[in-house]
Amino acid sequence: MSTPMVETAETVEAAGTVKASGTRRRPGWRSPSLVVGAALLLTVLALALVSLLWSPYALDHTDPAARLTGPSARHWAGTDRLGRDQFTQLMLGARTAVWIGLASVAVAFVIGVPLGLLAAAAGRFVENAVIAVIDIVIAFPTLLLAMLLVTVYGPSTAVAISAIGIGVSAEVARLTRISASRVFTQDYVLAARTCGTGPLMILVRHVLPNIWPTLLVQATLAFGVAVIAEASLSYLGLGTPPPAPSWGRMLQEAQSTMSVAPWNVLLPGIAVAVTVVGVNLLGDGLREVLDPQLRQERRAADR
Amino acid sequence: MTILETSGLTITLGGQPLVHDVSFGLAARDRIGLIGESGSGKSLTALALLGLLPPSMRTSGRILIDGEDHLGAPDRQWRRVRGRTVSIVFQEPLTALDPLMPVGRQIAGPLRLHQGLNRSDAERRAIEWCDRVHLPDPARLVRALPHELSGGQRQRVALAMALACRPRILIADEPTTALDVTVQAQILTLLDELIEETGVGLLFISHDLPVVAGVARQLLVMRDGRLVESGPVEDVLRRPRSGYARQLVASAATVTRLARPGRRGEDR
Repeated sequence: MSTPMVETAETVEAAGTVKASGTRRRPGWRSPSLVVGAALLLTVLALALVSLLWSPYALDHTDPAARLTGPSARHWAGTDRLGRDQFTQLMLGARTAVWIGLASVAVAFVIGVPLGLLAAAAGRFVENAVIAVIDIVIAFPTLLLAMLLVTVYGPSTAVAISAIGIGVSAEVARLTRISASRVFTQDYVLAARTCGTGPLMILVRHVLPNIWPTLLVQATLAFGVAVIAEASLSYLGLGTPPPAPSWGRMLQEAQSTMSVAPWNVLLPGIAVAVTVVGVNLLGDGLREVLDPQLRQERRAADR
Repeated sequence: MTILETSGLTITLGGQPLVHDVSFGLAARDRIGLIGESGSGKSLTALALLGLLPPSMRTSGRILIDGEDHLGAPDRQWRRVRGRTVSIVFQEPLTALDPLMPVGRQIAGPLRLHQGLNRSDAERRAIEWCDRVHLPDPARLVRALPHELSGGQRQRVALAMALACRPRILIADEPTTALDVTVQAQILTLLDELIEETGVGLLFISHDLPVVAGVARQLLVMRDGRLVESGPVEDVLRRPRSGYARQLVASAATVTRLARPGRRGEDR
């Protein structure tokens, strides 16, 4: 506090007037990665949503006459060795991926954010204890945790969601703790305390609003991780049990016919890749748009 | 009547004394200047008076607020005092304001906390306060974010925030150091005006003797964590007893002599 700081040129009182509120919140849609990422993700979301109302065929519809056919007008993405329509499978798989992804991220945030905030706000002893727990969970591979849970409780969607959620929550807790600790050392938190603000109010009024952009970016990345984890679990037969379709199981089932029908492997693989690349681009774009530092710099440049 | 009194205040970090045996009292309408170089323990003393030292630092002595010893009191007891009896304004007004919260809400925060005002009443009071610290167009300005204001405007906001709950003691910790000279003069004028209006007791901390001399009536000189001299401003300026105070006065005099042709140093 007692270090004298050189202020920037904008300290001249007369020059600085409040900018018109019309120009204040500039839309940040100039970030290309945000646009591309959102477009990719929206495609997947649209597939998932449309599948709730309509799909080319019913899930259990088989066409024995047209097995392992390539993409055609009747079967947009071909059929597998049982003659099931692959496009239907892809659409319903998107639904599973999105649902498990969202639910896992929700679980991760419900566990991770309070834990991280607790570590940042409480004393050194609690903080060290939480850090130790986080390190242990991070060191423990998510897939191994999932296998463990599956052997105990049997494969189900709920087990997959909790396993992925717990695995991801450690990262979330770590990031929350680091970002919140940084906010706690800021002068404005000290200033709030000099006004008599209690620790809970400081969390709600100052810490959360200042870290939520970081957390939102983390949520998009966590969604990507969750989608990959779900595909891996299903590929290994540990994820959502049949008949619910999943991209991971489509990959696994198509493996034996790969030389005859390579598109059956390619399409679900591409679907996973598109989703993950999409959320990562979206995360990058959001970071650019939401980061207060970058935002301020951009606004300063606009002046 | 003395509102805030400290006697024998000592702050140590790992056995190393940082502030040693500091005693003084502040009553309503007092204007005490605390001067000393960087690292002499001025800011630590200020934080100690609000019970905001880091937990690793140990304090001893007494801090009486309205006759009640608050040293070592639980945080809950301190929270009732902070902002309501004793307030503080910091040096750097940009970092002392939450970058993502409109300034109006930041001024309204303590009002809602201590006076239980609802959102709209608190906002109305925040606008009033913006007016009192002479911010332009208060009704619109309360919705601005800190980085949209100039440095001087931000410090005005910080002053409004500190005074919003009508504290009886205001600690100003180098409030003008981060501002350029013309803005500094405006803030000092405003501070003077607000003190006269509200009757708040002032502890003005600075390393700049001419600035302190212009605001304060009493002077405390601090060096290496100890009070080396205290007394009315005129006495310290005319007859400095300690070697350090003599140095301060001599260097300030040099600056004033240099500035005399334009009379910039004293125009306040």
